[in-house]
Amino acid sequence: MAKSIVIIGNGISGITTARHIRKLDDTCRITVISGETPHFFSRTALMYVYMGHLKFEHTKPYEDWFWAKNRIDLVQGWVTEFDFNQQKIAVNGQSNSVIEYDTLVLALGSKPNFYDWPGQDLRGVQGLYSKQDLDTMERDTAGVTHGVIVGGGLIGIEMAEMLRSRGIGVTFLVRESSFWNNVLPAQESVLINEHIAQHHVDLRLGSELSEILPGQNGRVGAVVTKDGETIDCQFVGLTVGVSPNVSVFKNQNNTLLGTLEIDRGILVDAFLQTNQPHVYAVGDCVQHRMPPPGRRAVEQIWYTGRIMGETLAQTLCGKPTAYQPGVFFNSAKFFDIEYQTYGDLPAQLPAGCATFYWDKPGKNTAVRINYDQASGAVLGMNAFGIRQRHEVWDGWIAQKKTIQHVLQHLPEANFDPEFFKQHEGEIIGQFNAQTGSRLAVKSKKGLARMFS
Amino acid sequence: MKTIQRIGLFTFLGGFAAFLCLLTVGQYTLTDNILKTNLKAEHYAVLQPSLKNMVGKTYTDQFSFVADFNAPINALNDGYRAKQEWSKVIYDKYAFAVAKASSGGFAWSWWFLVSFGLAVVGALTYILPTTRWLPGIKNNGVFREAATSRGWVGISVGVFLVLFYVVLYFSPEYITNWVLLVDPISKALSGNAATQWFLYGFLYCLCVVIMGIRMLIKYRHSPYQMLRTGSVMFFQLAIAFILPELLLRFNLPYFDFKNMWPLDYDFFFDYNLNTLLASGKIGIFMLGWGIALFVVGVPIMTYFFGKRWYCSWVCGCGGLAETLGDPFRQLSNKTLKVWKIERYLIHFVLAFAVIMTSLVLYTYFTGRSSVLFLDSYSVRSWYGFYVGAIFSGVVGTGFYPVMGNRVWCRFGCPLAAYLGLVQKYQSRFRITTNGGQCISCGNCSTYCEMGIDVRAYAQRGQDIVRSSCVGCGVCSSVCPRGVLNLENADPKSRVLLAPNYPLGHSAVKL
Repeated sequence: MAKSIVIIGNGISGITTARHIRKLDDTCRITVISGETPHFFSRTALMYVYMGHLKFEHTKPYEDWFWAKNRIDLVQGWVTEFDFNQQKIAVNGQSNSVIEYDTLVLALGSKPNFYDWPGQDLRGVQGLYSKQDLDTMERDTAGVTHGVIVGGGLIGIEMAEMLRSRGIGVTFLVRESSFWNNVLPAQESVLINEHIAQHHVDLRLGSELSEILPGQNGRVGAVVTKDGETIDCQFVGLTVGVSPNVSVFKNQNNTLLGTLEIDRGILVDAFLQTNQPHVYAVGDCVQHRMPPPGRRAVEQIWYTGRIMGETLAQTLCGKPTAYQPGVFFNSAKFFDIEYQTYGDLPAQLPAGCATFYWDKPGKNTAVRINYDQASGAVLGMNAFGIRQRHEVWDGWIAQKKTIQHVLQHLPEANFDPEFFKQHEGEIIGQFNAQTGSRLAVKSKKGLARMFS
Repeated sequence: MKTIQRIGLFTFLGGFAAFLCLLTVGQYTLTDNILKTNLKAEHYAVLQPSLKNMVGKTYTDQFSFVADFNAPINALNDGYRAKQEWSKVIYDKYAFAVAKASSGGFAWSWWFLVSFGLAVVGALTYILPTTRWLPGIKNNGVFREAATSRGWVGISVGVFLVLFYVVLYFSPEYITNWVLLVDPISKALSGNAATQWFLYGFLYCLCVVIMGIRMLIKYRHSPYQMLRTGSVMFFQLAIAFILPELLLRFNLPYFDFKNMWPLDYDFFFDYNLNTLLASGKIGIFMLGWGIALFVVGVPIMTYFFGKRWYCSWVCGCGGLAETLGDPFRQLSNKTLKVWKIERYLIHFVLAFAVIMTSLVLYTYFTGRSSVLFLDSYSVRSWYGFYVGAIFSGVVGTGFYPVMGNRVWCRFGCPLAAYLGLVQKYQSRFRITTNGGQCISCGNCSTYCEMGIDVRAYAQRGQDIVRSSCVGCGVCSSVCPRGVLNLENADPKSRVLLAPNYPLGHSAVKL
């Protein structure tokens, strides 16, 4: 019998694991189980379905025949029984089938946080993570004129954009004094605050949810803030972060034979292995026992999920490989402003670290570079409204290039389309003015320079 | 803003309705003089007796007029055929010229103002308020609108376009009132009366300009898109439409300097070669220019910039697709199956064009028309009918609202096939994907008018090197994470295989 690898979860990390195993091993059996949808889709694209940019089918990165062709068996259903001792699970989908595994991969994703607010179970109150959430939102925002979004993070601003795209009024309650300022330094955070307001979103900074009041027919009617203000609304988006989805192990109705060590997420070692032999975990549901240097133990990002999948496939195919996510990177889009970040760039400037910030007032364009005060080595960067080349920044940060070198070669990292206005001259000019340096731009934009 | 847009939409529909109504007004009166000027002398002699009952009679609709006019010609031809007198059969299509000359009886200026005037003002009233949206990609509701998601509006537009092309190509005698509407413009430009092709050119330019303005507003955050749109608007208006008409005014051959064989499939037809060769130095220059464009221009320009230099910056078909067709780009099919069909079809048309042109030139130089079992006159008329009219016009544009805006360019254009071969095998052009930043959202694939599954490449970190890519740059524009970029560099630097390490990490290798 060929080895049986069973993967629970068909999101980016589960599917990446499956695809890369198949690339490396032609014989093993691969089964992917999901209760959410029959096929893999891009979770980050759900907002575009609601906004009408895409249909749901467009979010599926592979055509439906792809799975059979690559002999990846898809099972739709929820896993209700885990027997780690006998190495088998049971799926309560179409049939009560039992699946035996040689290797089990948990790619369970995460779930939106709810903090037991009064009224959070009313119809029209929800988070946004799954396909089911999207369907509920579609249903519950029909005919709605005003919504309240609670929580100033990436999903919150996405939900605000979704509602605005349909002309629905939005009040955006953000607990912090400025949008996402636990991640973004103050200037960038203010830039986004202003942009949110430009999109006619009523942004309430330093404002917290106290309770949700019912309206008619079991639906939400209003929210009350901690300042005692009542805001009428017919929809509430709760977007105060997500947590590793380990609910399947805590559900009283499910059977669990053998123990799985769980803290906030499923605890894994450097090889993504849980405390159970033959059981691994990847993606959002993971909590690293020893996170790589400078990284968080729970890191719920599309890209880290993908890298974990790529890494685990190597290990499972006979080449034990530790999880090394490399230089951090991430991206997002805040309404019309694209954001990319590379390396380490915390909201608060660490000791021994210098920072350089440039922006184009009124143009939603900004660049920040942090660098080591002593050696000058660049540590991280934020880019807003200006696209940067991933490989170039990855190399600069990994090779500890100095701020002077980076600024002089900044056009090499420019990934904006042709004919876009370039800002490198202005950026280096401002750096010179601030530091008394006399640096000049030494390279040109474009791919040719990287290879010649 | 919604109210203003609604007013604009209804104003446009009013103008459009007036344009349609114009076909039902006016009168058609045949005179002997019309017959004399439009018919060849020998045909006049044989047709005059049976047409004289028609002369002086006033018709209120074009259908009975055309029927009465065609009846004696058909009867005569039937007689000739029965007697096998092939040389006497009348092949000339007189109906359009005669119907146009016979029609009149409507107030030209009033109809011009109400149809084109209202349509243009209405369209602009609908389009201009979108400047109030903040710059950026705003594809909100594209898949919920009936016009842009194969709903009833889209299907209706498609049906109208198909009918329009069928009538334009095969029965222009029914739309002489429309042609009369643009007669004064044609006379002002070239000094000649308008044909149905002038009407077509005029409407084409109107669509490219008005929908080009829409495009300029929609992508005003992207200099690439604005320059590109400005370019196709310029080439259509100045080089394809006005310049050739002005050439006629100066007794020079009608010549579109940006059109190119094999898209311009009749470039080597005898009448075109004879016209050019009979027009002195300028004619020779035009002939040389036309040949140099595809012999030298295509390889050099495509090597440096990819086929986009032509397809999405210069070409007239591309110009219409990128302006009028932009609202439909998301309707192109992205499946592997259709990609296969596309490759067979487009290269078949290229081969067809090359064979057809070879036969035409063989006939031109030798005077012999048959080669093996093929007759060069039949082959060129097959090509003209199936490819020139049905594929590029009726299907190519008529199916915009169903199959996307590049139906012709993707499945049928022989020039696109030729440019594509150069782009794929000998070009510096590629679309670079940015390390590991792709989130597989699918905006790029969805909005690719050529049906390329861009995401399939982007999520693997592979450059997009595809013969069909016209370089419109919309995948890069709609990407929310800054992953795609159209770039030119050493062909050897194209990333053709997906990298085997975590994307974007030059430092970490598995």
